[in-house]
Amino acid sequence: MIRVEDLHKYFGDLEVLKGIDETVEQGEVIVVVGPSGSGKSTFLRCLNRLEEPTAGRIFIDGQQINSPEIDINQLRQETGMVFQHFNLFPHKTSLGNITLAPMKIKGIAEEEAKQIAYDLLDKVGLKDKADTYPSQLSGGQKQRIAIARALAMQPKVMLFDEPTSALDPEMVGEVLDVMEDLADEGMTMVVVTHEMGFAREAGDRVLFMDGGVIVESAPPEELFNNPQEKRTQEFLKKVY
Amino acid sequence: MLNIGLIMEKIADIKAILPFLLKGAVVTIKVTSLAVLMGIALGTILGLARVSKSKWLKSISKAYIEFFRGTPLLIQLFILYFGLPNLGIKLSPYFAAVLGLGLNSGAYVGEIVRSGINSINKGQMEAARSLGMSYPQAMRYVVLPQAIKRVIPPLGNEFIALLKNSSLVSVISVKDLTRQSRLVNSRTYQTFLIYISAAVIYFCMTFVLTRLVNYVERRLSVSD
Ligand SMILES: Nc1ncnc2c1ncn2[C@@H]1O[C@H](COP(=O)(O)OP(=O)(O)O)[C@@H](O)[C@H]1O
Ligand SMILES: [Mg+2]
Repeated sequence: MIRVEDLHKYFGDLEVLKGIDETVEQGEVIVVVGPSGSGKSTFLRCLNRLEEPTAGRIFIDGQQINSPEIDINQLRQETGMVFQHFNLFPHKTSLGNITLAPMKIKGIAEEEAKQIAYDLLDKVGLKDKADTYPSQLSGGQKQRIAIARALAMQPKVMLFDEPTSALDPEMVGEVLDVMEDLADEGMTMVVVTHEMGFAREAGDRVLFMDGGVIVESAPPEELFNNPQEKRTQEFLKKVY
Repeated sequence: MLNIGLIMEKIADIKAILPFLLKGAVVTIKVTSLAVLMGIALGTILGLARVSKSKWLKSISKAYIEFFRGTPLLIQLFILYFGLPNLGIKLSPYFAAVLGLGLNSGAYVGEIVRSGINSINKGQMEAARSLGMSYPQAMRYVVLPQAIKRVIPPLGNEFIALLKNSSLVSVISVKDLTRQSRLVNSRTYQTFLIYISAAVIYFCMTFVLTRLVNYVERRLSVSD
């Protein structure tokens, strides 16, 4: 589903990604962990080209996405992204947040877009918040709306960048539940998170990133209980 | 002691000069309104160019804004009205006035639009783009609707300043409120009365404009 070959990313002179090779199968749920500044977000953002890769190749569904011929907007419709700080549109209701892109990009009629939106609101458990503006939602609710918004474009892949890091602890669960449901439905997901519970429950594989490379990659139990690399061991000891 | 006779006389004087001043006020309103429209159109383009990715657009817009903000409006009007004829381009006073005020206002509006757009969190553009919106779509449906609310108060200030600055067009023979006042003055020498009346009329116009801006501001902020 996703294949990354020798991906490099520089910000000016700073090399943030130093050669990433990775393959994500259809329906696989990949959890990315690693210290702050190790390049997790940059890696994720290269996958929908919110950051432009400096070198290397990225394929999604067999199509090379970092080539000049690709329609970047088409690509992004197929890869949904969820941000740490939600980035909901404050001037739109929950419903408006979800229907905006399908209506404006795909040209779906309002009634149909609303129907899709209500189904998604139902899925994330917020049907009663359809007409609420983001400023009146809790963090957990905002993030669930943000997930619904991304799903409304019917993406093939979902990217999550620390979706629960900005939440109060009591709201983390409700968001992870939605993500686990999504994983159960077979969505291909790449999730940057330090929620070990989620990784064990829903993750097929955990990648440990440090210093711009993937240091180790293994199923959750293996990586958490029996890390092979010294850097992984040190990181896990510090964090968990 | 109140001198009823004198007061009656002054009221009669005001009645005599008022039609001339109001005629000028209409011209002031017309010239300013057209310049405001031009300023909004031009300023939006300049502001968008200023935040675009194109280096070229950015520097043109920046140079434009710096030139018009860094030189006196009076000189800009002189160039348009008295200078251009040397190059064989002759503009009517009204056209030169609207053009001069509009070009000048565009620079200020451009700066306001730029800072309005920049005040919107970058995450908004990213979220819109991540859904598959093109840059223009993201601007139109996500960034600008939010920026517009922040832009209204400084824009209001700019247009109030523009209305007052429009008195400068009197020197390029536009018969606005200021020029009408001077014309009446040269005939009647009721100097104090005339200029106080002109000030009151200007004040009424800026007062109405201020209320209008406040009203729009309140209307736009309902969704927050
Ligand atoms: N737009 C940017 N410009 C310059 N440096 C950046 C930019 N984005 C990220 N970086 C740098 O790249 C490195 C990796 O950042 P990031 O991918 O956000 O790490 P992580 O998500 O693992 O914390 C950091 O050193 C960060 O300062
Ligand atoms: Mg990050």
